[in-house]
Amino acid sequence: MANSESGQPLAVVPQVYGALWRGLLGPLRTIIQPAAAVIVALACGAGLLAFNGYEARAVIDVMVLGVFQDTRSIAEILLKATPLILIGVGLCVAFRCSIWNIGAEGQFYAGAIAATAVGVSFDGLTAWIYVPLVMLAGALAGAAWAAIAGLLKVYFRASEIVTTIMLNYIAIIMTSYLVTGPLRDAPAAYPQSARLVQEAWMPRILPPTRLHIGILVALALAVVMYVFLFRSTRGYALRVVGISPDAARYAGISVPRNIMLSICLSGSMAGLAGAFEIAGVTRRLFQSISPGYGFEGIAVALLANNNPIGAVFSGLLFAILRSGSELMQITAQVPQVLVLVIQGIVILSVVGFAVLRIPSMRPSE
Amino acid sequence: MAGKQLLLMDGIHKRFGPLIVSAGVTLDVEENEIHALLGENGAGKTVLMSILCGVLSPNEGQIVFKGRPLKLGSPREAIKHRIGMVHQHFMLVPNLTVAENYVLGQGSPFSMIRDMRAVHARILELSDRYGLDVEPDALVSSLSVGEQQRVEILKVLYHGIELLILDEPTAVLTPQETDRLLHLLRQLVADGKTVIFISHKLDEVMRVSDRVSVMRDAKVVRTVKTSETNARELARMMVGRDVLMDLPRAPLEPGRVVLSVEHLSCDSEAGLPALRDVSFEVRANEIVGIAGVSGNGQSELALALTGLLPVASGNVTLDGTQLAGLSSYEINQVPMAHIPEDRHRMGIVLPLPLTENVILQRFDKPPFSSRGLLDLNEITKQTRDLMRRFKVKASGPGDRIRNLSGGNQQKLVVGRELDRRFDFLLINQLTRGIDIGATELVMHKILEQRGAGKAILLISTELEELFTLSDRILVMYEGRLVGEIPPDRSRLEEIGLLMAGKSPLSAA
Repeated sequence: MANSESGQPLAVVPQVYGALWRGLLGPLRTIIQPAAAVIVALACGAGLLAFNGYEARAVIDVMVLGVFQDTRSIAEILLKATPLILIGVGLCVAFRCSIWNIGAEGQFYAGAIAATAVGVSFDGLTAWIYVPLVMLAGALAGAAWAAIAGLLKVYFRASEIVTTIMLNYIAIIMTSYLVTGPLRDAPAAYPQSARLVQEAWMPRILPPTRLHIGILVALALAVVMYVFLFRSTRGYALRVVGISPDAARYAGISVPRNIMLSICLSGSMAGLAGAFEIAGVTRRLFQSISPGYGFEGIAVALLANNNPIGAVFSGLLFAILRSGSELMQITAQVPQVLVLVIQGIVILSVVGFAVLRIPSMRPSE
Repeated sequence: MAGKQLLLMDGIHKRFGPLIVSAGVTLDVEENEIHALLGENGAGKTVLMSILCGVLSPNEGQIVFKGRPLKLGSPREAIKHRIGMVHQHFMLVPNLTVAENYVLGQGSPFSMIRDMRAVHARILELSDRYGLDVEPDALVSSLSVGEQQRVEILKVLYHGIELLILDEPTAVLTPQETDRLLHLLRQLVADGKTVIFISHKLDEVMRVSDRVSVMRDAKVVRTVKTSETNARELARMMVGRDVLMDLPRAPLEPGRVVLSVEHLSCDSEAGLPALRDVSFEVRANEIVGIAGVSGNGQSELALALTGLLPVASGNVTLDGTQLAGLSSYEINQVPMAHIPEDRHRMGIVLPLPLTENVILQRFDKPPFSSRGLLDLNEITKQTRDLMRRFKVKASGPGDRIRNLSGGNQQKLVVGRELDRRFDFLLINQLTRGIDIGATELVMHKILEQRGAGKAILLISTELEELFTLSDRILVMYEGRLVGEIPPDRSRLEEIGLLMAGKSPLSAA
């Protein structure tokens, strides 16, 4: 009030607010759209529950309270978030290069197979060597599996959307073959591989929960990939190729090399996720080792607007949704079909909002 | 013969955003004539015809056809009124047969099965009548370009079209095929049809048309009877424009040879011969202009010099270094700068900020990066500096370049290229689509470089730009250099004729 005599400081206030508002608007916009996507999806989900005779409020309460119940349930969320973040971060790199890799699921399986093969094969290695070796095997296998689609695109202009989807089937069916044939653990009743050698297991970081070092690696890689994409020269070249191949050629940037780089990086992250799932959680290879992480990773990347740091948060969100839907089934007795429908709505809503935002995803005329 | 008016397009205006592509055009076409629409690329010919056949709708103006106002919402409605167009790029489905292409989208969904015999008969009958040699069962993908064009023309006739529009039909034809086409057009008119013939080639227009409308800068400047004009007059109408400005060009003695091109030949991206045995030199302190109607090999020349198009034969040497056969990455390492033709496609990356556009070719070199990481502070500093020196108007270095006007985008591109270390500067279209202020600034900057001992090659379709900047002008036609002319405005017509593939002597 003392200042009101001069009149000036008060007159400045709207301007300050204006600047603040403008400063906030940019970041706000990137938050508002994903938030709107989630709210729309939850509203649709609640409507569906109510329509089917469930008490929507109660079910959502169970879900929200349940997932954050105790250390164990939070560790389970992080455990589910690990592959989603890894795959999502990798896909951010591919999508920034306009490489529409739909094959993270297959690359995850390829990584899981390689990790199993390495993890059951050696005796007498220390964990200091064995653990990184298993991770490397998974990452290399994922990269190699993705490279097939990359090479087909570079040399034959085959759409990576089609080839990566096809490669998913091959990897999944190959896994079935391996666990019922060459890699089958003879005494087991179910088709599964032998257990990994103990030194190959991922160290756990929060006993007695199952949480392992994978989540730390995933977070570190998200930061590394962010720096790579937005602060490094190679990342810059990759983004230029993704936006305008003609400008890239004009600037002397190799388009095929960046296509290979981006698809192999995303494949290696998915393969690494597969290795973590085997060596950190199941310790054996099964037929359906992935509950669709590879496909959900696409939504993770899109929700994050192909920003690796954002993919950490959207990966967590999808992990929470996953845990919540399990609780809906177990605690609130919502049938699985309905849970899947609600999950589907979440993903559709997220992708729908992403299409509004990313021009390159709009269908061309 | 004063024919009856068939078509009147009156005061047609068309804008794409701020770009005016048709500025109150008035065109009248008489029944039963071949009416040529002549003009340089970008003069607005194709836009006008797209409006006439329902692809675009005008912002203002009206069309009167057969004495009645015509409002068209789609090409299909145009066909109903018996107006049809043969586009520059053919609209055929390559993996269907000729006959299948004709029934596509016509009649009931079952005509593909039911009416095929009648379709065959009709095609053969029309093909016979006009000597078109169209085989109804041939797969479109197996036909040559000339054959595909005859298929397109027959398709229009098949639909019973009375007003036929051909957009640059001879651009893709050999001289023999061109003769055949022009003969066909006369036959069609004899048969009672009317033809609008879009072209920028003077000799064809003189040979085949009854009347000519000349377009320039989105307007029809004049309509004349072909019999009452000559190629020389048409050339002047087509290229002549007001003098924009006269920049002082100090007399300078050209220095050592910097760029030397010997017997350069190459094919276009489509695999057609684009450059044929091109030889020239560019010296220090010299601006060499290349004139020509666009599509005569200039783009390919620029791409071949920068390693973006493979060189079929010949030599390109820059300060004694052989460039032919090098990749665009390798050519980025030699002392050359390149202001490209298509800003939006090549010169800039639209969604990225100014900063990330400034570093486009030098992102992996100091001072913009060290040890693989971009130096964002240095990049921002250099961008600010460039914006100040080249008067680039933007809200800041972080502004997306998409938000800038064409002139400001081009100033940034010119500034970026002139900041590179170079002896030879290649420019393809310096002032296309930019305002007068920006034009003046970039022209000044280019002349400064000439004074600083650089060798400059300026490819342009704007003769005014060439006259203002060049020390000598080479004219390109169908992939060859067909003449050299000093930048003397009194020799404008001569250049116009060379650009249209006529030797100035034979036209006189």
